[in-house]
Amino acid sequence: MISRRKISSFLGVNLLRLFIVITAIFLLVFLYVIFSRGGKLLSWSFLTESPRRFMTEGGIFPAIVGTFWLTVLSISFALPLGVLTAIFLTSYARPPWLVRIVRVAINTLAGVPSIIYGLFGLTVFVRMLHFDVSILSGSLTLGILALPVIINASEEALRSVPRDFREASLALGATERQTIIKILLPTALPNILTGTIISIGRVAGETAPILFTAATFYTRVLPSSVMDEVMALPYHIYALLTEGSHGAKQLPIAYGTAVVLMALVLLVSTLAIIIRFRIRKKRKW
Amino acid sequence: MKIFRSVSVLILLLFSATCTRVENKLKIAGSTTVLPIVQAAAEVYMEQHPQVSISVRGGGSSIGIKSIIGRIVDLGSASRQINEREMKLIAAQEKNLQAFPIARDALTIIVHPDNPVLNLTTGQLRLIYTGELHNWQQLGGPNLTIIPISRDVSSGSFEVFNHFILDSLSVASGAMVLASNNAVATTVSYTPGAIGYVGYGYAHEQVKIITLDGIRPQAESIISGDYPLSRQLYIYTPDKPEQLASDFIAFLLSEEGQNIVTQQGFIKLHQTEPANE
Amino acid sequence: MNKFKETSFKSVTYLASLFTIVFLFAIILSIFYEGIPIFKHVSLIKFLTSPSWHPTHFPPDFGILSLIAGSFLVTLGALIISIPLGLGSAIYISELAGPTSKEILKPVIELLASIPSVVYGLFGMAFLSPLLIKIFHVPTGLNIFSASIILGIMVVPIISSMSEDALSTVPKSLREASLALGANKWETIIRVVVPAAKSGIFSSIILGFGRAIGETMVVLMVAGGAAQIPKGLFQPVRPMPAAIAAEMGETVIGSPHFHALYGISIILFTVTFISILITEFIVHRRKK
Repeated sequence: MISRRKISSFLGVNLLRLFIVITAIFLLVFLYVIFSRGGKLLSWSFLTESPRRFMTEGGIFPAIVGTFWLTVLSISFALPLGVLTAIFLTSYARPPWLVRIVRVAINTLAGVPSIIYGLFGLTVFVRMLHFDVSILSGSLTLGILALPVIINASEEALRSVPRDFREASLALGATERQTIIKILLPTALPNILTGTIISIGRVAGETAPILFTAATFYTRVLPSSVMDEVMALPYHIYALLTEGSHGAKQLPIAYGTAVVLMALVLLVSTLAIIIRFRIRKKRKW
Repeated sequence: MKIFRSVSVLILLLFSATCTRVENKLKIAGSTTVLPIVQAAAEVYMEQHPQVSISVRGGGSSIGIKSIIGRIVDLGSASRQINEREMKLIAAQEKNLQAFPIARDALTIIVHPDNPVLNLTTGQLRLIYTGELHNWQQLGGPNLTIIPISRDVSSGSFEVFNHFILDSLSVASGAMVLASNNAVATTVSYTPGAIGYVGYGYAHEQVKIITLDGIRPQAESIISGDYPLSRQLYIYTPDKPEQLASDFIAFLLSEEGQNIVTQQGFIKLHQTEPANE
Repeated sequence: MNKFKETSFKSVTYLASLFTIVFLFAIILSIFYEGIPIFKHVSLIKFLTSPSWHPTHFPPDFGILSLIAGSFLVTLGALIISIPLGLGSAIYISELAGPTSKEILKPVIELLASIPSVVYGLFGMAFLSPLLIKIFHVPTGLNIFSASIILGIMVVPIISSMSEDALSTVPKSLREASLALGANKWETIIRVVVPAAKSGIFSSIILGFGRAIGETMVVLMVAGGAAQIPKGLFQPVRPMPAAIAAEMGETVIGSPHFHALYGISIILFTVTFISILITEFIVHRRKK
């Protein structure tokens, strides 16, 4: 005789399994559709050539370069700010009310919808500061979007440095600043980098913030200054689906671009996960 | 710290590799209908003039005209003429524009290839978009819900459609609204009950063109204006355009440029001298 | 000299953290600055309660109720999908999975979170939508249902990873006590572990809600764009972010329509801000 408790336990556990399996199946279908349709386009020339024959042939090189610049510039803008803010939160953190406000600000920035970042960039960078539609406007917008991710990762990294390190340094007569720069930051660096890499994935894949601030449909020549408009991988996917008069021929290129973008983002995230895994293994404290 | 050095060297290398200096730049923004023509022309033009860099962005007719008034771009494209509000703005800023028609176009009514309906009257089309006709049966078709697809209310295509068909009545709220010609054409191509309107060049093989008031959109009916939704596509420049901008427009209006217009599915102008405005 | 270095370094970190506040205020100010002028043309009440969105008509109608309805319905649909899937995965990973499958499942879910939304949009637009028409013979494939599915899957990793964090902070002794008292694994999960982690789970759901309602590309590409109060699951809608993204490109800067779009962004921001405050409140209370 099987008790009701056993049946409900059996059903419950298998329900959880079912949920995992559904998620996994969807993910597999999703990846299969994207990679099977876009994968066959991948070739050296797809990565290194400009679009040709009215966006129906050729490659996506300008979009790769555009995404590269947007990402590099936005991260180099957000990284110093983020790390310094994290130092404030971990080492100084006074007065408490300021910490509280800064935290609310960070959490709110993290939750603001990306389209609102786009509107903000349009108002402030494109129109008020007259940066126009350019790499600069797009990078600044994306940089602010990446800021909370970098702050959180850096803060966690700094906090994971054992207290003894800091106390030992201070006891040896080092100043607060010296302790932070010579002890805390170098120790926390790998973890900060991991967080930064994760934010790279986020920045490279965003479309809505660059819709009105940086992206263009077609250029062939690569950007020569930060004031140029650029093609970008995520916008290119959207543009191929919605603009241009050869819908059926553009679709495979959109899938191909999606594969490149996903490969880029997944590669970068995997890298971050591996780095973190190895750090955790190496650590002796 | 070794990593840092190599990373920064790598970034510098990439920077110098990707920074090819280009002297002549041309920024173009505007109508999504004109986009394929301008993009294709830019492609050919850059091949012939490797020192020239052209950036082509969509946005919409309003953006094209607005950007050229604000001199943010070198050329603005639009699928309609300047409207009153824009006229006022131009007058206020004392900045004159020149308009160059570069191609002819017609808003083309498209349905799913399997839809047996061949013709609609302007009145029927209005009733479909205002939501009074719901089923293709009411129009002699199969028992199938009509899915009207419209464009965003500020697009040039919508303004033309609104002016000639809707007579300023509101589009039914249940109508799908998509952001661009290509999205409309693609959606119609796989949605059995759908009907939409797109630029002539977007009406490709995967959809069926239907006649309006018995007239089929094609070169003759569009040029003569017999087809009710005929229009011209424009490029706007400042009153004194830069040399490169003039050259590019001259290219668009040349025989080669006009062939590109045809190649992209639109209709040639058949007149080469720019009409000043 | 050294003292000077100390203070200046300290000041720089203070300055940097002030920037986060400055940025937030700049964002809020910019959308309010451009959005408030719409209320010269329409009252706030009418803006929020009229379902008629005809921003370029003469006279124009600036009612965003149908856009709000679209946003909430799609988000609700997304949560109906993502809560069981996300929470289920979290419980499985934290309570039932062996160390190896845990080691695999956790990073996989993290990877899922990094897939760009435009790729989800591509999947919905080019694959799911035609498929829905073929299978269910629905009149259109771009509708609440398809947008909810795609959004729901996007939110799964958020709910899952945050709930998993919350579950893993439940002390081991609690589980052991429950098992020692004769409860089986399932009963322990449902009666002890999940209730103990409920505030963390709740904030993960709120966070998922915030993400879903603010997501732009998916609803822009997959929701169908009809500014209507829908009468069914398979009807197209126009969520707020989709309206902003689609119309901002083509509207004339400075027109009432332009300000109305910023007005929508104020509403959108307010909704997400409230959800953020709720999670703040929960986290703060839990810490106490």
